[in-house]
Amino acid sequence: MRRRYIAVKIEGNQTLSERDVYDAVWTSLARLFGEYGASQAELSLIEYNQEKKQAIFRCSHKALEMVKASLAAITEADGEKVAFHVIRVSGTLKSLRTKVTNL
Amino acid sequence: MKFFADLHLCPQPYNYAHVRGMVEKAAELGYKAAGITVSSRSTQEETQELKETCSSLGVDFVTRIDLAPKSSGELLRNLRVVRRKAEVIAVECFSKQVARQAAKDRRVDLISFPLASPKKRFFDVAEAELASGATASLEINMASLLKLQGFRRSVLLSSLRREVQTAKRARVPIVLSSGADEPILLRSAEDYCSLAYLFGLDHYDARKTFSENPKAIVEQNRRKLSPNFIAPGVYVVRRGKG
Repeated sequence: MRRRYIAVKIEGNQTLSERDVYDAVWTSLARLFGEYGASQAELSLIEYNQEKKQAIFRCSHKALEMVKASLAAITEADGEKVAFHVIRVSGTLKSLRTKVTNL
Repeated sequence: MKFFADLHLCPQPYNYAHVRGMVEKAAELGYKAAGITVSSRSTQEETQELKETCSSLGVDFVTRIDLAPKSSGELLRNLRVVRRKAEVIAVECFSKQVARQAAKDRRVDLISFPLASPKKRFFDVAEAELASGATASLEINMASLLKLQGFRRSVLLSSLRREVQTAKRARVPIVLSSGADEPILLRSAEDYCSLAYLFGLDHYDARKTFSENPKAIVEQNRRKLSPNFIAPGVYVVRRGKG
């Protein structure tokens, strides 16, 4: 199965835990597309840098648009106002890391 | 880099710190132009202050006046007063009568509808044909999509999907704008394009709604508001001495 890696910048006053970040995306995905749609996304959190407030998600390439829409629709995580901004999307983790470091 | 414009930032009126925060965020997210609502009674100094705030951050300031008339007569009266005061005139239509008048009036740039009440969304085929014959574009404020949840958001998405299809068929330009009243509600144009996927706009069309369509409106109105404009296609090239 082809996959896509998405680098995300998290904006907000509070520092979120890995669990909060994953829950926020999963909740948004399930709200917009339902549990069936969310299950098709094959979403997982690959890494999360709490200091830089950056995360990398992996999803099925067929569900990329769904995941990007869900990320943009997030307004709250752990009761705090937040915004998730997609920085880059790539087909491999290696090239994503290179692109994000070069930004 | 691609030109992106957000024609509807809603900072607190004349709270310059708040305006600065919003414009800073817009610049960071890659917007080159920002439309900020001014009042029809704003002084030139107030507008100049906003312009300086934006230009210090490298963002082109676009003056915008929002009208929400109760009748078509009120709309016509308001348009007579404000048309030459702002680069973008947006009309929020709360009745069918106002929507029809706004769609056919060439002084109106953007028509929008109350997003939270589906019964007051009057953008149907007739409305689209009128707008297509004039110069009005359909504006969709994305902030409501972020603020609403559950049943109300699905109703909104359903209305938007229908309106987008109608606008596309009648070739009415669509303008997506943030409508954000705080920086945390702002998203990059690319992120908004992803959200537009929810109501059936493909990525190419969605990008146009943030770049080419708003740019065309602003450029056309700036030409019209220039002192060298006489009539469409007729401009002063050189003035005589004395």
